[in-house]
Amino acid sequence: MSIQPANPPASGTAPGSEPILQARGVTMRFGGLTAVDGVDLDVAGGEIVGLIGPNGAGKTTFFNCLTGLYPPTAGSITFRGQRLAPKPYRVAEAGISRTFQNIRLFPNMTALENVMVGRHCRTREGLLSAIGRGPRYRAAEREARQTARELLSFLDLDRHASAIARSLPYGDQRKLEIARALASDPGLLLLDEPAAGMNPRETLALRETIFKIRQRGLSVVVIEHDMRFIFNLCDRLVVLARGRKLTEGRPDEVRADERVIATYLGTAPGTAEQEASDAR
Amino acid sequence: MTTSSSLSTGQTGATGLTSLSRATRRRLGQGAHPLVGKCLIALGSAAALGSTFLAWTWTTAFPGDLTVTGYPGGNQLITLFLSILTLLALAPALVPGGLPGTRWMAPRGSARLLRGLALANAASTGYVVIAIAWELGGVANYVAGTWIAGASALLAVLGAWLLPDDDHEPAPARPTPRWAQVVVVFVVVMLGLLVADFGVTTGFSEEFIGFCLGAGFAGRGLAASGLFDRFSALTAANRTATGCAVLAAAVSFVFLQSSDAYTSVADNILIFATVALGLNIVVGLAGLLDLGYVAFLGVGAYTAALVSGTAASRYAHVVLPFWAQALIGVAVSVLAGLLIGAPTLRLRGDYLAIVTLGFGEIFRITMNNLDGQSGPQVTNGAEGEYGIPDLRLFGYDFGRPHTVLGHTLGRFGNYYLLLVLVIAVVIFIFARVDDSRIGRAWAAIREDETAAEAMGVHGYRFKLLAFGLGAGLAGLAGTIQGHLTSTVTPDQYTFSSSAPPNSAFLLAAVVLGGMGTISGPLLGASLLFLIPDKLQFFHNKQLLLFGIALIVMMRLRPEGLVPDKRRRLEFHERETAAEEAYEELVADGLDGADGSDGLDELEAGARA
Ligand SMILES: Nc1ncnc2c1ncn2[C@@H]1O[C@H](COP(=O)(O)OP(=O)(O)OP(=O)(O)O)[C@@H](O)[C@H]1O
Ligand SMILES: [Mg+2]
Repeated sequence: MSIQPANPPASGTAPGSEPILQARGVTMRFGGLTAVDGVDLDVAGGEIVGLIGPNGAGKTTFFNCLTGLYPPTAGSITFRGQRLAPKPYRVAEAGISRTFQNIRLFPNMTALENVMVGRHCRTREGLLSAIGRGPRYRAAEREARQTARELLSFLDLDRHASAIARSLPYGDQRKLEIARALASDPGLLLLDEPAAGMNPRETLALRETIFKIRQRGLSVVVIEHDMRFIFNLCDRLVVLARGRKLTEGRPDEVRADERVIATYLGTAPGTAEQEASDAR
Repeated sequence: MTTSSSLSTGQTGATGLTSLSRATRRRLGQGAHPLVGKCLIALGSAAALGSTFLAWTWTTAFPGDLTVTGYPGGNQLITLFLSILTLLALAPALVPGGLPGTRWMAPRGSARLLRGLALANAASTGYVVIAIAWELGGVANYVAGTWIAGASALLAVLGAWLLPDDDHEPAPARPTPRWAQVVVVFVVVMLGLLVADFGVTTGFSEEFIGFCLGAGFAGRGLAASGLFDRFSALTAANRTATGCAVLAAAVSFVFLQSSDAYTSVADNILIFATVALGLNIVVGLAGLLDLGYVAFLGVGAYTAALVSGTAASRYAHVVLPFWAQALIGVAVSVLAGLLIGAPTLRLRGDYLAIVTLGFGEIFRITMNNLDGQSGPQVTNGAEGEYGIPDLRLFGYDFGRPHTVLGHTLGRFGNYYLLLVLVIAVVIFIFARVDDSRIGRAWAAIREDETAAEAMGVHGYRFKLLAFGLGAGLAGLAGTIQGHLTSTVTPDQYTFSSSAPPNSAFLLAAVVLGGMGTISGPLLGASLLFLIPDKLQFFHNKQLLLFGIALIVMMRLRPEGLVPDKRRRLEFHERETAAEEAYEELVADGLDGADGSDGLDELEAGARA
C-alpha cells in the first residue's frame, strides 16, 4: 500500500521556522528506572510530529514531563521562547494542551461542560463576578459556551452536547477529549494514542481532523501504535526506545531505518497481540 | 433525551423497595377487577376519614386527647388529612378513561400515587393504633373508633395493592401560560410551608412520628407518580418565582406562630441548615472532606462575641455594631479556613479529613485554655462568653417584641427573620457559584483532579477558594448564633454530640440530604435537628440510632434524599455505563486498533 504525502502545512507556519517547542535533555527517573533519558525534541509551528516506539518506551512519560504532570528529573522545556514551570495548569496556560492515553474526561459532566472546563484558563471570572453576574461576566460566559459549541461541531459532536460524557461511544469520547484540549486555544496539541479503540472509518476521519487542526495554526505531536495512521499523518517521526531517542526523520527515512525495524522486530514474539490490546 | 432517561433511572431507585412485593401484587391482582381495588381504597379511606371523628381511646393518658367524639385531634388530624388526600387522588381514577384535566396528578401512573398515599395513611394510623396499645398497656384501651381506623386504613392498602400497574413514561407537560406556572409554584410552596409548619410544631413524639411516617410514604408516592419531577421542572423554568415563593413562605412561617415556642426551634434549624449549606460547598461542590467544620461556626461566634461588649470578653470595652462584628467574624473565619487549608490542600486523599478533624479539636481545646490559667485570658475558658447582648441592627432591638403587620414578633421571631435573610444570601451565593466557571472547576476537580489541572484548572487555588468560602459562610452564621444563644462555650463546637450542630451531624445533613444540592442539606438539617428534638426519649441511644440510620441510608439511597443529577448517575449508572463502555470498546477494538497491521506495514516497507 502506497503512502500518501502528508498535507502541506498551513501557510505562515512552515516547518523549519523557529521551533515553538524546544525540549532539551528531558530525563525522568522513577527510582532506579530511567523512563525517559535525555530526550531532545523540537517542534516547529504547524508541524505534525509522530512519536513512536514499543510499549514502555517512555512516550507517555515524555508527554507527562512536557505537560508538567511529572516534574522532569533533568532537562528543560521551552515553549514559544519561555521556559515552562513544571505545573500542569501553567503549561496549559502557556498554550500546550493534551489528551490522555486512557481517556480522562470528567465522566459525569455533559460534553459541553467538559469542553467549557477546557476553556477555563482563557477566562478570568472570579468569585465576586460569579456572584454579581455583571455584563462582563455574562459576556465571558456566553463566549465560553459559544466556543465550546463551535468546538463540538468542529469535531462533529454537536448531537452529544448535553449528553453525559460517560455515556458517549468510545470513539466519540476520544474526540471529546480533543475538543476539550482545543478549548484552551493551544499552540501545541499533544495526542496520546488518539486512534486507540477507533474503527478504521473513525481513524480515517481522525486523520482529517488532525489536518484541520493544523490548518488552524497548531502544531501537533501524536503518539500512536497504528503505523498506517501515523505514517500517513506526520511530517516527521521521532522513535523512542527504552527512554532514549533512537532516531528521527521523515516517515520514509524512519521506515527504512534498520534500527527501527530491529527495535520492533527484536521484541519477543506475542508483542504484536499485546500491543494491540495495549492500544485500547 | 439523556435527561429523561436519567430521571427514570432515578425513579427505579425509589421503587426498588417495592419490587419485592410486585410479584405478589401481580399474582393477587390478576384475577381482581381494577374496580375492586378502587372501591376498597374508597371504602377504606372514607371509613378512616369517618373514624377520625370518633374517639380512639377512652383515657386521656395518650397524648393529643383522642377521647373526643365529634371532632378530630392529635394524630387523628394526620389520618384525616391523608384520607382526604387519598380520596382526592382516587376521584379521577374512578371515572372511566380518567377525568379530563387531572392527568397532571400522576404523570407516571396513578397506581403508584394511590399506593403511596394509602401506605402513608396505614403507616401513620397503624402506628397510632399500635402506640395506644403499647403505651397504655393493651388492647383494652381500644374503642370502636380504634378498630375502625386501623382496619379501614389496612383495607385501603389492600385495595391499592390490588390495583393493576399502570406505570408509563410521563406524557410531556402541556404548555401553560407563565402566570399559571407562577401561581402553581406559589400554591405548592405555600402548601409545603403548611406541611413543614405542622411538622415543626408537633407537640409530642407520637404526633411527630405519625407525621414523619405519613409525610415520608406520601412523599415517596408523589415521587413515584412523577409529580415531583413535574414540579421540579416547573421550578427550574421559574427560578425567580420559586425563589420569591420560598422566601415568602419562609417569612410567613413566623406569622403562623402564636408564640415563640417553635420559632426558637426554627431558628436553630436555620443556623444548622446555613452551616450545612456552607459545608456543602466544601464537600458537595469541591469534593473535600471536612470533619472539623463546626469550628468555623465557633470562630464566627467567638469573634463576634468578643467584640459585642459582653462582660466576659477580654475586650469588653470594645462594643462594635453588629455589621462590624459580622464583617470581622467572617474575615477571621475565612482567615482560619485559609490557614488550615493552605498547608493541607496541597495533599490529596484522606490527609485533609484528618487535619480538619484535628483542627476542630484544636479549636475547642484552645478556646478552653485561653482562660487566664492554662493560657492568657481571652475567651473565659470553659465558662465561655456569657451575657452576649441581643443584636441591634439599624436601631432594631432583636431582644424586644415588635409588632409587624399586626403580629407580635418575639425575640426568636426577630432572629428568625434575620436568619431567613442570611440563609437566602447563602443559597443565592451557592446557586450562582455552582453555576459558573468556578462551579465547573470544582466539579472537574472532584471528578478527575489530574485531568482538571492539565486543562488549566489551578486545583490548589480553587480548593482553597472553596475552603475559604465555606468557612466564611459558617462564620457568618456563627456571628448570629452567639447573640441568639447569648452564651458561647467551647463545648458547643465538638466533633460529635447528641445534639446538632456538630461536625458529624453537619456532614450527615449534607450526605443524607444530598451532596451538591440546595434543598438536600435543608431537608437533612431539618430532620437531623427535629428528630432529636422531638423524640426526647431516644436521648441516650441517639448516636447509636443515628449510626444505624446512616448505614441504612447509605445502603438504600447513597445519593441522599434529594439527589444531585450528576451524583445520581455516579451511584446508579456506574456499573451499566462501565459495561456499555467495555462492550463498545471490544466491538470497536476488534476491527479497529490493529497494531499488528502497522507492524506488517513497517516490515513490508523495510523489505521494499
Ligand atoms: N509513575 C510511574 N512510576 C514508576 N514507573 C513509571 C511511572 N510511569 C511510567 N513508568 C514506567 O516508565 C516506563 C515508560 O512508560 P510509558 O507509559 O511512558 O510508556 P509508553 O511508551 O507510553 O508505552 P505504551 O505504548 O504502552 O503506552 C514503563 O516502564 C513504566 O512502567
Ligand atoms: Mg503510553
